[in-house]
Amino acid sequence: MAEHAVNFAAASKAALQDSQLRGNFRRAMDGLMSKRAVQFADAKEWHTMRALAASVRLRALAKLPELLEQLETNLTRNGIQVHWASTTAEANAITLAIMRKANATLAVKGKSMVTEEMHLNAFLEDHDIEVLESDLGEYIVQLDGTMPSHIIMPAIHLNTKQIAHLFKQKIKDAASTGEDAAALTDLARRILRQKFMNAGVGMSGVNAAVAETGTLCLIENEGNGRMCTTVPPVHIAFMGLEKVVEKLEDVPPIISLLPRSATGQPITTYVNMISSPRKEGEKDGPREIHVVILDNGRSSVYADPELRDTLRCIRCGACMNHCPVYTKVGGHAYEAPYPGPIGQILVPQMEGLAKRGEMPHACTMCNACVEICPVQIPIVEIMGRLRVEAVHPSASVKDSGARASKTEALVWKGWAAMNTSPLAYKIATTAMSAVGNAAPGSLPLLKEWTSVRSKPRFAPRTLHDLARKKGIPNV
Amino acid sequence: MSDARAAILGTLRRTRDAHPVTPPPSDFTPLADKQWPPEERLPRIRRMMEAVHTEFLDATEADWPAVVTDFLTRAGAANLLYAPGTADGATLSAYPLPPREREGTHAQHGEGEGFAGSDGPSPSDTPSPFPLRGPLPSPETGEENTASLTLIPYDRPIEDFKQQMFEGIDAGLTGTLGAIADTGSLILWPSADEPRLLSLVPHIHVALLRADALYDSFWQAMRDQRWADAMPTNALLISGPSKTADIEQTLAYGVHGPKRLVVVIVR
Ligand code: SF4
Repeated sequence: MAEHAVNFAAASKAALQDSQLRGNFRRAMDGLMSKRAVQFADAKEWHTMRALAASVRLRALAKLPELLEQLETNLTRNGIQVHWASTTAEANAITLAIMRKANATLAVKGKSMVTEEMHLNAFLEDHDIEVLESDLGEYIVQLDGTMPSHIIMPAIHLNTKQIAHLFKQKIKDAASTGEDAAALTDLARRILRQKFMNAGVGMSGVNAAVAETGTLCLIENEGNGRMCTTVPPVHIAFMGLEKVVEKLEDVPPIISLLPRSATGQPITTYVNMISSPRKEGEKDGPREIHVVILDNGRSSVYADPELRDTLRCIRCGACMNHCPVYTKVGGHAYEAPYPGPIGQILVPQMEGLAKRGEMPHACTMCNACVEICPVQIPIVEIMGRLRVEAVHPSASVKDSGARASKTEALVWKGWAAMNTSPLAYKIATTAMSAVGNAAPGSLPLLKEWTSVRSKPRFAPRTLHDLARKKGIPNV
Repeated sequence: MSDARAAILGTLRRTRDAHPVTPPPSDFTPLADKQWPPEERLPRIRRMMEAVHTEFLDATEADWPAVVTDFLTRAGAANLLYAPGTADGATLSAYPLPPREREGTHAQHGEGEGFAGSDGPSPSDTPSPFPLRGPLPSPETGEENTASLTLIPYDRPIEDFKQQMFEGIDAGLTGTLGAIADTGSLILWPSADEPRLLSLVPHIHVALLRADALYDSFWQAMRDQRWADAMPTNALLISGPSKTADIEQTLAYGVHGPKRLVVVIVR
């Protein structure tokens, strides 16, 4: 059953050699990090606010099944139709059925990471439905035929010149825009306004869904999210099942931390709270709203008390901006809907360790992500846990044990034996200092290390030896 | 798919009960602490919103219609979409513009001259080439220049004038429920009388802010006003004109929503 393993090492090697890409990322990440730091200059406010936000998310997870039921009840009471999907295939089928019923052949979409998980665009295009990404970054990535390289800034891997070139290739009247970001933005505005006007369905993600009131909260800067949720006659919102919060009052802590962590702005231009389709007498707004609640592995993530914390995430992307690996290789090297630290713990749990077993290893365990995560997710602990899961079959994670290797197990067994017996330890260390330097770097296990680093030199005398010489007792 | 529903909720309940979590209490002090002396709220709102290209005008209850129409005329707007059913809309339509420029009464009878049918072309007096033109030359008459601004009431479903809305409207006027000092944000609750697209599609969004309707934080506003008791179809916070930094982190304004946000502080 094992799916083909995704090879992060190979993809990252290619990315590292692309100096354009590295420059684009370095510049963007430095900017995002310093802007975020300005927002959290008040250390006390940062500590108390993130404790509050973490408590909000933990409370939501503690009552998750009840809150989802309450959300469903209140959405339904408000006239919003609720659909449940265990798999992405089910979610795609639900979406297609809604589009067919609405006789819609064009959908406009605001940013939604859940629909990236679903590969919804490709699915609908196979059924002759056009889906247009309307977030400018997503639009660029869609024109380019690639994937978002960052969850907040999808086109961050490209610079203005590259985008201007892309527009020129793909859009008829792009010749006059030159390489000016404002002119390119204006061109996209003109094209997309036509689409907002004509689309039969608008699609969006959900940043938080309030169980208490049956309200969907969406935040954005561009206004495309509001367009998608207001202009077309039908709106479909997609949410992972963890996106629910208990009370309306739980929204402000999240809104306070998400934009500041993500892009260093105090708030996004729009905070859009939707509680019902168009009511009698109202002159605009969709006549139908559908919410698709997707599981796609989240309920198994939830099942394990340690891994459950993965679901606290509010998708701010700050962990990417601060990750020493992500900032070097960029988002595409992960070949996953969610790159960077959160992707490295979430995607292997969704897609299984056979395919994604390498992801938790793309980490230096420096803890930078844990320090800036606004909801205090122990990302690195979960990363370690997944490394263990990858080599030990268990019931907790899909395809656990997929990376188990007899050789590796044997090596560690030997290592443990050597370190727990004083005699074995002495023999081993003495042997290493005597003949270690003579071992060629091309030996099977050594080669992994020496192919990219110089071979370490063993000291002629062990530390124990030296200590004994100095007369230090009990060594 | 009700199978999915049962399966999902079943798994969640079973596994949660096997490993229940006790969340720490939520201490809202950091939000309650966000307070400013009343006299500092407005300057702070202004500073924060100006930092993201919001423009401000000062006015009184008596003169805001003149302030708004003057500003828009100078900005080169040919028309202003407004909400005739609100108190502000009534005030605006009672403001003495030359009668030939007012459409409210025609519009009541069906195809007002400002409206094209949903598939018809835009009327010739509504400009289509966007972005907005520069300031208009002074009218030859030398009269007050409001004469060139046409008022268009949003008095019908969007389906009846979608194309004109997207291609022929320069500015939209809305009220607000107030503003928030913490983040520099306007609070809007669109309604049947004041529809949602008024603050989104026109190239210029003009918002009236009463100087006494200021809150410290989003949290304070929603608690004081007991939002959770009855949420409207749509509630909004708006903190500037539409913007993006998706092209190489370069800020560009007016990507999908309004290119300009003009807040009129009414005292
Ligand atoms: S894991 Fe934390 S830092 Fe990373 S995206 Fe989620 S909330 Fe943000």
